[in-house]
Formats: sequence, C-alpha cells, structure tokens
Amino acid sequence: MIPDRIEREIRIAASMERVWTALTEAKHLGTWFGDAGATIDLRPGGAITLTWKGHGTTRARIERVEAPRLFSFRWVRGRDEEPEPDNSTLVEFTLTPDGSGTLLRTVESGIRGLEMAEAELREYARLNDGGWTFELGELTAYLAGMSE
Amino acid sequence: MTPRLRPGGQSAPDDALVAMTDPTRWRLLNLVAAHGEETATTLAAQLPVSRPAVARHLSILGRAGLVSGRRSGREVRYHVRPQRLEQAAQWVTQLASEWDARLAAIKRIAESLEDA
Repeated sequence: MIPDRIEREIRIAASMERVWTALTEAKHLGTWFGDAGATIDLRPGGAITLTWKGHGTTRARIERVEAPRLFSFRWVRGRDEEPEPDNSTLVEFTLTPDGSGTLLRTVESGIRGLEMAEAELREYARLNDGGWTFELGELTAYLAGMSE
Repeated sequence: MTPRLRPGGQSAPDDALVAMTDPTRWRLLNLVAAHGEETATTLAAQLPVSRPAVARHLSILGRAGLVSGRRSGREVRYHVRPQRLEQAAQWVTQLASEWDARLAAIKRIAESLEDA
C-alpha cells in the first residue's frame, strides 16, 4: 500500500564534487528545487528557503552536511513554516562514485507521519497540483532528450 | 501505471491525503483493508484508541470515500473502497515523479558545470 518513504536514484556523468555543487549552491538549488531562487546556510542546523513563482516560499532545515557524500534536510511541503518533525519530511541525498561519474540517490521519508489539519491538506493538494504539472513537464523534456 | 498530471475533479487526492497522513487513520485503513467487514468495536480492540475515537476516524475515512459502511444489525461493518485507495497511491507516484524531475534537473546542472 502507500509507503512511508520514496527512494529514487539517477546516474550522472559528472564528478561527485560537481554533483555536490549542483545540490548545495544557492544559484543551482533555486532552479532544481523551487523555481524562483533559494538561500542556503550550508551547515547542520542551517536554514534553506525555497521560492516558487506564485507559490511563495517554503523552508527547510539542514540536518547533515558531509561533502561530497551526504546532504540531508527536513522541509515543509507547500507552506511557509519552520520544519518540525510533525509537519515536515526528511530528504537525504547520498552520492557514490560510479565509474567516472556519480550515482545520486534520494530518499524522502516520514510521509505518513505528517500530521496536518484537514484544511491545510486541501490547500497543500491545491498548491501542489500546479507543481506536479510543471515538474512532470520537466521530466518529459528530460526523457525526450534521453531517447535521442 | 501512468501518473496523472492533474488530480482534478472528484478524483482529487486531498481527502485521501487526510487519511494517509494521520497515523491512527492510516492504521485503521490498513486493518479494514486486511480483514474487511470490521466494525468500530472490533477495530477499537486492535488499537490503543477508544471506540468513539475510532468511530470519528471512520467517519472521516468515509467522507474521504476510502471506506464505506453497511449496517448489519446494531453494528456498521466497514470495507475499503479500492478506487480511492488507488488514487492515494497515485499521489505517491506523483511525489516520486517530482523527485525524478528534480534529479533530472540536478543531472543537467552537474553535467554542464565546468571544473572549478
């Protein structure tokens, strides 16, 4: 049935250092996560803000920074709130060498533990409707590039 | 299963989210799915929650379309409505698709970076 965690991975033809840069530098973070900029204080306990056009800002708090192998944070989906265990999910990125490239793996966990009020969930679903469409469009473009 | 781009209309996953993000409701839903034909009394016996609390959660699950009840004598017997559960599962598929898209974007960025 519905899992508590989502695990995805991708092979990248770039060194772990470059993948680390793409993951953790504000100018990159603000394009792959959020679409209108980001700020990041890259240290355990440091804050991340993510801005979306028309969707406002959401916040994350960094848990672990072990360059260039591990980066994790808790984030609040769809609302501008300080991340706490009962309103946020944990996102962990792990990087491992893969030949001359990098295997990037992400795990988002704690999905079932979210305790949100009913009205907030409705708003969340409404806000994320547009988000999915945009991000799936990105995925489609990516897959089209792969088949060339 | 192809992820749906939009959860629109009555198939929006918002009500199903209400069920799956509350731990007690989630356990209730799993118990009903596993055994079928449960009542508030039999469910309360399996959870550290009072019967009135179980009845309240069942009512929320019922409004979300995740379970439906059938009166049998003095009790109501609940079963899962698989269509709505399927929609909740699709929501998780969409979360996974979000990550696929983000990872694809990270890949594009990393592969286009010059060495420092």
